[in-house]
Amino acid sequence: MDLLAHLPALQVIVPMLSAPLIVLLQPRGLAWAGATASALVSFAIAITLTLAVLDGQTLEYAMGGWPAPFGITLAVDALTALMLLIVTGASAVALLAAKPSIDQQIELERQPLFYSAWLLALSGLVGIVVAADAFNIFVFMEISSLASYILIAGGPDRRALPAVFKYLMMGTIGATFYLIGVGLIYMMTGTLNMADMEARLGDVTDINPVLVAAGFITIGLALKAAVFPLHVWVPNAYTHAPHMVTVFLAACATKVALYVLIRFDYMIFQAALDGHQIQFALFAMPLAILGILVASAVAMFEGHLKRLLASSSIAQIGYILLGASFVSIAGLSASAAHLFNHALAKGGLFLAVACLAYQYRDLRLSQLGGASTRMPWTCAAFVVCGLSLIGVPGTAGFISKWLLINAALGSGAWGWALVAIILLSSLMAVVYVWRIVEALYFLPPKEGEVAVSEAPMQLLIITGLVAVLNIYFGLFPQVPLDLANSAAVLLVEGTK
Amino acid sequence: MTPETAILVAIIVPLVGALAIALAGRFSANLREAATAITSISLIWVVWGLLPTLMDGGRPSIEVSEIMPGLSIAFTVEPLGMLFAALASGLWLINSIYSVGYMRGNKEKNQTRFFACFALALSATMGIAFAGNLFTLFLFYELLTLSTYPLVSHKGDAATVRSARIYLGVLLSTSIGLFLPAIIWTYSLAGTGDFTAGGILAGKLDDPEIGLLLGLFVFGIGKAAVMPVHKWLPAAMVAPTPVSALLHAVAVVKAGVFAITKIIVYVFGIDFLFDAPSSQWLVYVAAFTIVTASLVALRQTNIKRLLAYSTIAQLSYVVMAAAILKPLAEVGASLHMVAHAFGKITLFFAAGAIYVASKKTEVHQLRGIGRRMPWTMAAFTIGALSMIGVPPTGGFVSKWYILAGAFEANNLVAIFTIIASTVLNAAYFLPILYMAWFEREPVGGKEHGEAPFLAVLALCITAILTLAFFLFNGPVIELESQVVKGLN
Amino acid sequence: MKLLELLGYFNYWVFAIILTVGLYAVISKSNLIKKLIGLSIFQSAVFLMYITMDKVEGGTAPIIQAGVKDQIFSNPLPQVLILTAIVVGVSTLALGLAMVVRINECYGTIEENEILDAD
Repeated sequence: MDLLAHLPALQVIVPMLSAPLIVLLQPRGLAWAGATASALVSFAIAITLTLAVLDGQTLEYAMGGWPAPFGITLAVDALTALMLLIVTGASAVALLAAKPSIDQQIELERQPLFYSAWLLALSGLVGIVVAADAFNIFVFMEISSLASYILIAGGPDRRALPAVFKYLMMGTIGATFYLIGVGLIYMMTGTLNMADMEARLGDVTDINPVLVAAGFITIGLALKAAVFPLHVWVPNAYTHAPHMVTVFLAACATKVALYVLIRFDYMIFQAALDGHQIQFALFAMPLAILGILVASAVAMFEGHLKRLLASSSIAQIGYILLGASFVSIAGLSASAAHLFNHALAKGGLFLAVACLAYQYRDLRLSQLGGASTRMPWTCAAFVVCGLSLIGVPGTAGFISKWLLINAALGSGAWGWALVAIILLSSLMAVVYVWRIVEALYFLPPKEGEVAVSEAPMQLLIITGLVAVLNIYFGLFPQVPLDLANSAAVLLVEGTK
Repeated sequence: MTPETAILVAIIVPLVGALAIALAGRFSANLREAATAITSISLIWVVWGLLPTLMDGGRPSIEVSEIMPGLSIAFTVEPLGMLFAALASGLWLINSIYSVGYMRGNKEKNQTRFFACFALALSATMGIAFAGNLFTLFLFYELLTLSTYPLVSHKGDAATVRSARIYLGVLLSTSIGLFLPAIIWTYSLAGTGDFTAGGILAGKLDDPEIGLLLGLFVFGIGKAAVMPVHKWLPAAMVAPTPVSALLHAVAVVKAGVFAITKIIVYVFGIDFLFDAPSSQWLVYVAAFTIVTASLVALRQTNIKRLLAYSTIAQLSYVVMAAAILKPLAEVGASLHMVAHAFGKITLFFAAGAIYVASKKTEVHQLRGIGRRMPWTMAAFTIGALSMIGVPPTGGFVSKWYILAGAFEANNLVAIFTIIASTVLNAAYFLPILYMAWFEREPVGGKEHGEAPFLAVLALCITAILTLAFFLFNGPVIELESQVVKGLN
Repeated sequence: MKLLELLGYFNYWVFAIILTVGLYAVISKSNLIKKLIGLSIFQSAVFLMYITMDKVEGGTAPIIQAGVKDQIFSNPLPQVLILTAIVVGVSTLALGLAMVVRINECYGTIEENEILDAD
C-alpha cells in the first residue's frame, strides 16, 4: 500500500498522537509551534485526500486490515472531503493566527494542555467525518466534545464555566440519544458499519424500532448541531470561549454534527423507511425556517458582538438544513456549498473579532467606538467577511445563496414563499451586519482611553487572508462546488 | 492593447488608482491628487480608445470566470454601455478637478478615503457599463452601492449616518429583495442572462408575468429612483457636493436608468415588450414620478434637495423614454442620459461652489448672488435652462427625440407629461435665476467672492459641454442608433 | 397486549423509566451536582439497553472451550461497546465535576439560579 491509501487513518492519528506529545514539549512556548505543525499536516492530508476524491476515487481504509463488516473502516467520499477541508482548514488557520490572542488569554503554563485539547478536538472532529462506523462516530463525537468543553472553559472569562456546563449537559444528552438510536439499529441489523446498515435495513420487516431509532438519532444530532430550537447552548458557549476557540468551533463544530445527521437521514434510514426523506423534510423545513427567521431577528437586536455572530450562526445552520430539506440534488449541493462558505465567512468574522478583542476588552457594540481609525485593516476584513455573510455577489456567501434560491424555486409550489424567506433573512443579515459596521466606523471613541493600535501582525495577516479567500471563492468557486455537487449526487442517488 | 483587454484595464485602472491614492495619501496631498489625475486620465484614454471599435460596429467581449454553468462574469461593450462609460470617465476627470478645489476650500477631513472610494466607485461604474450579463451587472451594481456608502457617510455625524443608513437600506433591500429574484427568474426562464440584441425572453413568458418581471426589475434597480423607491436620493445629499455631482447626478443614478434601459433593450427586447399590454404600466409610473418629483421640487428650500428631486424627475424621463419602446425614444433615452449628466453636474458644481464660497445652502439666500459669483451663476443658468429644455442647450435635443418617439408611438400620456414637466421645471428654476440675477442682496450679508479657481474652472467646462451638446451630438446619435438598428 | 408480552420487555421498561428519571433530574434540579447525578442515571439507562439486547437465551460468556460443541454465546459486541460508552460516561462525569469545582471557585455557589444572578 502506498501512502495515499493510509491517509484516511493518518488524518485522525496525526492530531491524536501529537496531542499528548505537545504536553511534553519544553520550553512551554514550543507548544504552539507543535500544535500548528500538526494542524498543518492534517490540513495537507485533507487537501491530498480532496485531490484524490476530485480525481474520482473513493477511499476506503480498513483499520488493522480487517475488512468491512467485521473491522472498523474509514471512508472518504466527496462530502467527507469537503468536511475534512472545512475542519482541518479552520483548525489550521485558527492555530496559525492564534498565538498572540492565546498568549493574551491563557497563561503560559497551561498552554501546552490547551493546545493538546485543541488537537484532541480536531482529531475527534475529523474522526467523526471519516468514520464509516456508527459507534466510532459516537466515540469520536465524545472525544471532540470533551475536548471542546475544555477549550471553551479555558479562557479567563468566568461566565464560560456555566456556559460549558450547559453545553456539557446538552451535548451529553444529544450523544446519548444518538447512542440509543445506534443501539436500536444494531438490534435490528446486527451491524455497526454504516454501508452495511444501509444494505441490511432494507430487509428489516418490523420497522417500528427503526422509526424510534430515526427519532433518537435525528433529535440527538440536532441537539449537537444546534438546530433551532435546540440551540440554547450556542450563544453563551461561543460568546465566552477564548476568541480563537470560537473561530475554530464556530467554523466547523456544529456542522460536523449536521453532516452526520444528513448522512443518516439520507442514506441509512432511507433503505428501511420508505419516503423517510420526505418525513425528514417535513420535520426539518419548519425548524429551518423558524431558525432562520427567529435567530436573525435575535441577532438584529443583540448588543454584544460575539453573541450577535453566534445568533447568526444558528440562522446559518437553518440555511444548511433548509437546503437539505428540499430532498433534491440542487438543495443538497446548496447545503454542502453553504457548509463551506459559511465556515469561511464566519471564521473570518470571528478572526476579526479576535483582532478587535486583542485591543478592546469589552465587545459590546456600544464600546467599539473609533475602531475603524485605530484598526483599519481589521475593520476592512470584518466588512468583507460581513458582506460574504450577507451574501453580496462577488463573495463566497453569494454562491450558496444563489444555489439555495435556485433549489427553492425547483422545490415545488411553495418555492416562491421560500425564496421570499431567504431574501427576507438576507435583509435581516444586512441589518445586523450593518449595526456592527456602524459601530466600528461611526461611534466616537471613548474619552480618556488609551489609544489602541492594530492587532498583532500574525493575527492580522491571517484574518486578511481569510477575507481575501471569501472573495476568491466568490469568483472562482469551482472546487467547493464540484465537491458539493458530487456529494449531493451521492446522497440522493447513492441509495438507489 | 486589444479592445478585449481594454475592457479589463478600464475596470482595473480605477482599482489600482484607489490603491495608489490610499498609499500616496500617507505622504502628501499633492501626490495623492496627482494619483487621482493620472488615474482618471488613463481611464479616459482606455475607455475612449474603445470608441472607434464601437463606431465600426465591433462588440468586444471577454469572459473572466465561469462561476457556475451558465453563470459567469463576462463583459461586452455595446453602444449604451460605451456611452455610459465614456460619460462617467470623462466627467470623473472634471469632477476630480472640482473635488480638489472643493475639498481643500472646505477643509474636509479624511480626504484620502474620499478620493480612494471615489476611484473604487468609478471601477464599479465601469463594471456596470461593460457588464455582459445580468449577473455581472448585479455584482457591480452592489459594489457601486457599497463603495459609495463611505462617500455618503463621509461627514460621520449622527444625522449623516442616519441618512447613509437610508441610502444603503433602500438600495440594498430593493436590490436583494426585488432585483435578485428578477435575475434568478430570468435565468430560470431563459437559461442565461446574457445581454443579447433583441432580448432573451421572447416567447418564454406571457402576460401578465411580463409586467410583473418588469416591475421587479424597475423597482429592484433602486438607483433609477422611480417612485416609490426614490427616498435614498434626497438622503444621499448629505454627502460632500462632488459626490452628489458625479455620483448622484451621473454615475450612480445613471447606472440605474442605464441598467433599466439595457434590460428593456437586451433582456426583454423592445418589440417583445411593445406587444405585451402588461408592460404599459411603466410609462404611467414614470410619468407619475416625473410630475410628482417636480411638484415636490417646487416646495424645496434647500438647493441640493431641490436638485435631488429634479434629478428624480429627470431620471424618470429616461425610464419613460425607454418604456415608450420606440427606436427614436430609445435614442432619446440615451441622449437624455448625456444631456442631463452635463446639465445636472453643472448645477451641483455651482451649488457646491456657492457653499464653499459663502456657506449658503438655501434657495432664499441666493438673492443677488449673481453679482458676487458671476461665473458660477452663469453656469448655473445654463444648467437650469438645459433642465427646462430651452435651446441652445443639450436638454432640448434629448427632449426633442423623446417627444418624437412619443408621437411615433401615439403615447399621449408621455407627450402630456413632457409638456407638464417642462412647465414645472421652469416654475422652480426660473425664480432662482431671477432672484440671483435681478434681486438685491440683503444688507449686512457676508462678503465673499468666487469659489476656488479649480472649482470654477470645472463648472465652466461642464457648462460649455452642456451648450456644445446642442450642436455636436452627431456621434452620440450615430452610436446609439446602432442599438435600435433593424427595429421598426 | 398480553401481560406476558409486556413482562417480556421488562428490561426495556426499566430502561425507559431510568432514562426518564435521569432526564427529569437534569432538567428540574438546580444544583449542578444533582444535575450531574441525573446525567449519570440517564446514561446508565443506555448501558442497560445494550446489555439487554446482547443476551441470548441460554447463552454463556463467549469463551471457546476445548471439546465443547454447539455452545450458545451471548453477543459480546454490545458488551464491548458499552464498556467504551462507560468509559466515555465516566470521563464526562469527571469533566463535569471539574467544571463544578471551578464554578464553585469562581462563583462561590453551585446553584444554577444563583450563578445566573451573579452575572
